[in-house]
Amino acid sequence: MNPVEVVRFALRGLTANKLRSALTMLGILIGVGAVILLVAVGQGSSQQIQDNIQRLGANSLTISPSTSGGGGGGRGGGGGGFARLLGGGAAGQQGSGPRTQAKQLTVADAKALADPTSAPSVKSVSPVVTASSQTATYEGASHAIQQFVGTYPSYFEASNKPVVKGTYFYNADVLAARKVVVIGNTVAQDLFGAADPVGKQIVVSGVPFTVVGVLKEAGSSGFQDADDLAIAPLPAVQQSLTGFGQLSQVLVQAKSAAEVDEAQAEVTDILNQRHGITGTASADYRILNQATLQETVSAATGTFTVLLGAVAAISLLVGGIGITNIMLVTVTERTREIGIRKAIGAPRGAILGQFLVEATVLSLVGGLLGVAIAVIGAQFTIAGVKPVLVPASIVLALAVSVAIGLFFGSYPANRAAKLRPIEALRFE
Amino acid sequence: MTEMTQARPPVLDIRNVAKVYGEGETAVHALRGVSLRVERGDYVAIMGTSGSGKSTLMNIIGCLDVPSSGGYLLDGTNVGVLDDARLAIVRNRKIGFVFQSFNLIPRMSALANVELPLAYGGVKAAERRRRALAALDEVGLAERVAHQPNELSGGQQQRVALARALVTVPTLLLADEPTGALDSRSSDDVMRIFDGLSASGRTIVLITHEDDVAEHAKRVVRLVDGQVVEDVRRAPVGGLPPRMAEVGA
Repeated sequence: MNPVEVVRFALRGLTANKLRSALTMLGILIGVGAVILLVAVGQGSSQQIQDNIQRLGANSLTISPSTSGGGGGGRGGGGGGFARLLGGGAAGQQGSGPRTQAKQLTVADAKALADPTSAPSVKSVSPVVTASSQTATYEGASHAIQQFVGTYPSYFEASNKPVVKGTYFYNADVLAARKVVVIGNTVAQDLFGAADPVGKQIVVSGVPFTVVGVLKEAGSSGFQDADDLAIAPLPAVQQSLTGFGQLSQVLVQAKSAAEVDEAQAEVTDILNQRHGITGTASADYRILNQATLQETVSAATGTFTVLLGAVAAISLLVGGIGITNIMLVTVTERTREIGIRKAIGAPRGAILGQFLVEATVLSLVGGLLGVAIAVIGAQFTIAGVKPVLVPASIVLALAVSVAIGLFFGSYPANRAAKLRPIEALRFE
Repeated sequence: MTEMTQARPPVLDIRNVAKVYGEGETAVHALRGVSLRVERGDYVAIMGTSGSGKSTLMNIIGCLDVPSSGGYLLDGTNVGVLDDARLAIVRNRKIGFVFQSFNLIPRMSALANVELPLAYGGVKAAERRRRALAALDEVGLAERVAHQPNELSGGQQQRVALARALVTVPTLLLADEPTGALDSRSSDDVMRIFDGLSASGRTIVLITHEDDVAEHAKRVVRLVDGQVVEDVRRAPVGGLPPRMAEVGA
């Protein structure tokens, strides 16, 4: 008995009852389609989150103060003095007044990080102060800027915020504490509408700032509107809005992606020294590494994808049980036919093969249609996520669907093959 | 009675075969020691009322069932010791079945039905088609090869079944009430084909309860309560079947 014949018999068996075959396939189709599509959605959202993180700035480390840590008393005092020597006026508040254990993050710290000998992997350092919800007005229009950032020009590159209209501000503006500002797209829209904001003067909390540029639209990242911000020279913001307190963060850009970890080590060394952090004491600052953040988020979204896939896999399993069910019905229905085939000399293998192939064809064709539907579905945006097809998931889902056909088809097929011809022939 | 005219073993050699269904008090003795030899070229009708055990005997002869005791040689082979796979081959090569209810496979053309035993026998497609067409021609259905069973009359269906039984050139043609579901004209057609096959030297065993049908056979065996009660030869093994002899005379 040649295998091609077995397949032909199987196909004839399937086409004999087209509606039933189609409905059985539908179960597998939905299962396979769901697995592929949901994994694609998981992958898509994961990629979207990664993109958002990347948009925060490539190769950058964000240092922010942490209140939980602090240096030892004596050494801390010495550190403070050291900072005052280096940092000058900006760090002055450090030593005076009652000493808190945790030291503040200062412009002097930032300057120390920019030292090319002790931190060779660092490309740029941008100290950042942030004033939130600052009301800006322009000719009667008013808008509460979510984030008003005071920093250095290197910030634009380190945080990946290019200007599309007008210019950046420069080091000279920082030194002179000029009241110039680069605004985000949302701010520009709210205050100026269609008009060109460059060169216009806005008033932020009573202080006039001249708009020199507009940032490229970044889109919203999570809950925050990344375009609802304004960036001005550090001293200008300190003078008019935040005062000369501690920095809200220091943005450090490494020379390359490969040097991010080295840069982090150098930054840690310098800050530990300056803040008097030794061995057991926990640091009074936090370093947020984009790479680590990405890894953490990847792990989280990976779990999410697995969860989606697992839910879909259950529907694939249900589809498989549907195959067993329909094959059992088919075997019962065709008991007499099986008896006839056996009476005219069909070997067991041929009967077994016929029903196994029927089950496998059902699952394979269902699986292929599922892949087609999933590929088509992945072209659309689903729940705000652009699905990204994972080739491995397609191969896996198809393989699993075939395995399901073989596995769930084997019980009914075996039952058919084991039928005794005499009983099968008597069956009405 | 049994003339040893040929050196080859008899087609059928049944020795004291018994078949019991069930156990203990409820046991039913369908066959109580039946012995029967059928020579090559013979045309035997096994007669009996319902419950006489003739269907059980037919199933055992056709290797569809195994006897509870006794031995059975088919064409010299002891089929009692064969496993499932070998039994399938025996059914395929040595026996051609014709059933009362035709037992064609639905939704398959007459040609495909006739080709089926050849397909299971591993015959190549072209050869299969040629032989199937020849067999259908032999039963006079050359024009109906593409029809499905439900598009054929009862007589035509039974002739397709006959072609299917013939196509493998079996040692034994086994028919279970072949005219039981047919009107008298179709019955005559079918029996004429059986007679023709017998005349060409085929060995035929047919099971029937109709005297009309039994009259076609060269030898009539009567079963009652699972035992052979009568065994009458009506024509010589090597000769023409009685009805054909009459026509010829």
